[in-house]
Amino acid sequence: MKAQGKAIKYGDNVDTDVIIPARYLNTSDPAELASHCMEDLDKEFLKKVDKGDIMVGGKNFGCGSSREHAPIAIKASGISCVIAETFARIFFRNSINIGLPIIECLEASKDISDGDNVEIDFETGIIINKTKGKTYTGVPFPQFMQEIISADGLISYIKKQF
Amino acid sequence: MGMTMTQKILADHAGLDQVVPGQLIKAKLDMVLGNDITAPVAVKEFRKIGINNVFDINKIAIVPDHFTPNKDIKSAEQAKLIKEFAREMGIVNYFEVGRVGVEHALLPEKGLVVPGDVVIGADSHTCTYGALGAFSTGIGSTDMAAGMATGEAWFKIPEAIKFVLRGKPGKWVSGKDVILHIIGLIGVDGALYKSMEFVGDGLHNLSMDDRFSMANMAIEAGAKNGIFEVDDKTLEYVREHSTKEYKVYKADSDAVYVKTYEIDLSELKPTVAFPHLPENTRTIDKVGNVKIDQVIIGSCTNGRIEDMRVAAEILKGRKVHEDVRCIVIPATQKIWKQSMEEGLFDIFVDAGAAVSTPTCGPCLGGHMGILAKGERAVATTNRNFVGRMGDPESEVYLASPAIAAASAVAGRIASPEEI
Repeated sequence: MKAQGKAIKYGDNVDTDVIIPARYLNTSDPAELASHCMEDLDKEFLKKVDKGDIMVGGKNFGCGSSREHAPIAIKASGISCVIAETFARIFFRNSINIGLPIIECLEASKDISDGDNVEIDFETGIIINKTKGKTYTGVPFPQFMQEIISADGLISYIKKQF
Repeated sequence: MGMTMTQKILADHAGLDQVVPGQLIKAKLDMVLGNDITAPVAVKEFRKIGINNVFDINKIAIVPDHFTPNKDIKSAEQAKLIKEFAREMGIVNYFEVGRVGVEHALLPEKGLVVPGDVVIGADSHTCTYGALGAFSTGIGSTDMAAGMATGEAWFKIPEAIKFVLRGKPGKWVSGKDVILHIIGLIGVDGALYKSMEFVGDGLHNLSMDDRFSMANMAIEAGAKNGIFEVDDKTLEYVREHSTKEYKVYKADSDAVYVKTYEIDLSELKPTVAFPHLPENTRTIDKVGNVKIDQVIIGSCTNGRIEDMRVAAEILKGRKVHEDVRCIVIPATQKIWKQSMEEGLFDIFVDAGAAVSTPTCGPCLGGHMGILAKGERAVATTNRNFVGRMGDPESEVYLASPAIAAASAVAGRIASPEEI
C-alpha cells in the first residue's frame, strides 16, 4: 500500500483540541467532524487539503484527549497518512485501530516542507520527497500491529475470536 | 531483571512471570470505562462485532459526565444511545444525572478501582487511578469496544521514570503544584510512552486527593500511566470505599528506570501553567500582572472535597472581584453534599461565586463557562491548549484551587498570601 500527495506541515505538540475542538464532539459523524478539522490551528486547512494529501507534524503529534474523533476527522478530511517525529500514545493507538496510516520518522518530519510532493510505502517504511529528491526511512510497524492493519482495524481483528 | 510496579501488574494480568520493556502482551481487564463523548463511538464499534453480551456486566462503567446535564439535542441523543446500550447489556455501573459525577472522581469514590487493578478508559485522564496503585491508562473508543467484548487489551510494556519525593510541601503547595512543577521540568512529551512511578517518604505528606490530582496529569507529560506506591493512606482509602479484593505491587529493588528525579517538596512554590501548554510553568512569584475574567474550580483534577475546602478557606469573608465569574463545580454528588453540609456553599455564594452540579463542562469547552475571544481564565483543570475552554483566542492558566480562589478575589493571578 502506498500514499502520495502534497505535504501539509505543522509544528510540535499538535493537540487533539485543535485537531477537532470539543465543541463539535456532540456528533461522531466522520464527514461532520472533518468539516471542522484543524480549524483552531489553521482556518485554511479545509481549503488546502486534497484527497491523498499527507499531514506532517513534529514531536508529540496528537497529544491530549483520547477522542478517537481526532484521527477520524483527519482521515475523513482526505489525509492519506500522518508523518511525525513522535506521536502521543493514545493517538497512535487510535489511528491504528481506525485505519489511519501513520508513520514516525524524525528526518522526514524535519526535512519535508509545506507543499512538498511526498510518497510513502507502508510495507517498507520508505518515504520519498519527490520535490526535494530525498528519501527517508520511517519506523515500520511491529508484526502485531501490521496484523491489525491488514485485518482492517481492531474490530475486524477481534471479530475472529467470536 | 527486576520489574517496576507497572511492569509487575501487567505481567500478572498477562499470566507471565516476567516482562521486559517493549514486549507486547495481552492483559486481563478489571474495569473498562467510557463517557458520553467516547462511549457512543465505542457502542457503534461494539455492534459491528456482532455479539450480544459484554464480557462482564460488573467490570464496565459508563459515565455520562462531559456534556451532561445534556447541553443540546445532539448531546442528549448521544447520552440516550449509551443509556440504552447500558440497559440492554445489563451494565451495572451506569450513572444517570443526579447520581453521576466526573468519572475519575466517581470511580474511586464508588470503590470500583483498587490497588493492583488494570483499567482502561476511553478518556485520557483514566491515568488518575494510579494514585491507588493501579495500572490505568487512556485508550480510544475502538479499544473500549474491544475491551467490553473480550475483557482484554494489548499493551506494550513501558519503560519507567522514577520520581522520589522527599520532604513536606508548604501551606499553599498541593499535589497540583507538584505535578505542574514536574511537567514544567520534563515537558509535555517528557514521559512519552513511559510510566511515571512516584515513591519516597514525601508521599506520606501527600493526601489521596493530592495523589489523584498528580496521577491525573501524568498524561500531560505524555505518560502511559502514573502510579503511586501503596501506603497506609492508600489502604485506608480503599477500606473506606471498596469491598473489592486488592493486591499491592511494589517495584523490585533492582527494577530498571530510564531516569530518576529526586524532588524536595519543601522547596516547591505554587505553580501556574501559562497558555498554551501545561509545560509553560511559572512559580507564583514570577507570574506578573495577569488580569482574568473567569475562575473554574472543579474537574477530574481538582474537584474533590479538599479542593472545595481550600477554596472556601480563601473565599471565606471575601468577595469575588467585580469583573470575575467564579464557578465552583464539586466533582461528584457525594462531594457536592459534603460541601453543602460543611457550609462551604454558604461561603461560595456569599462571596459571589456560582456553584454547579457535577460536570466536566467548561474544562473541555463543552458548556457551563465558555470563554469569549480575548478572555482569560484561571482553572484548576488539566489542559490549556488553544481553544480548550472556548474561543481559539481565549487563554487558560492552570493552577491549584488555592491559587484559583485567590485569583478570583484579586481579579488577577494571585497567591493567597497577597489577598
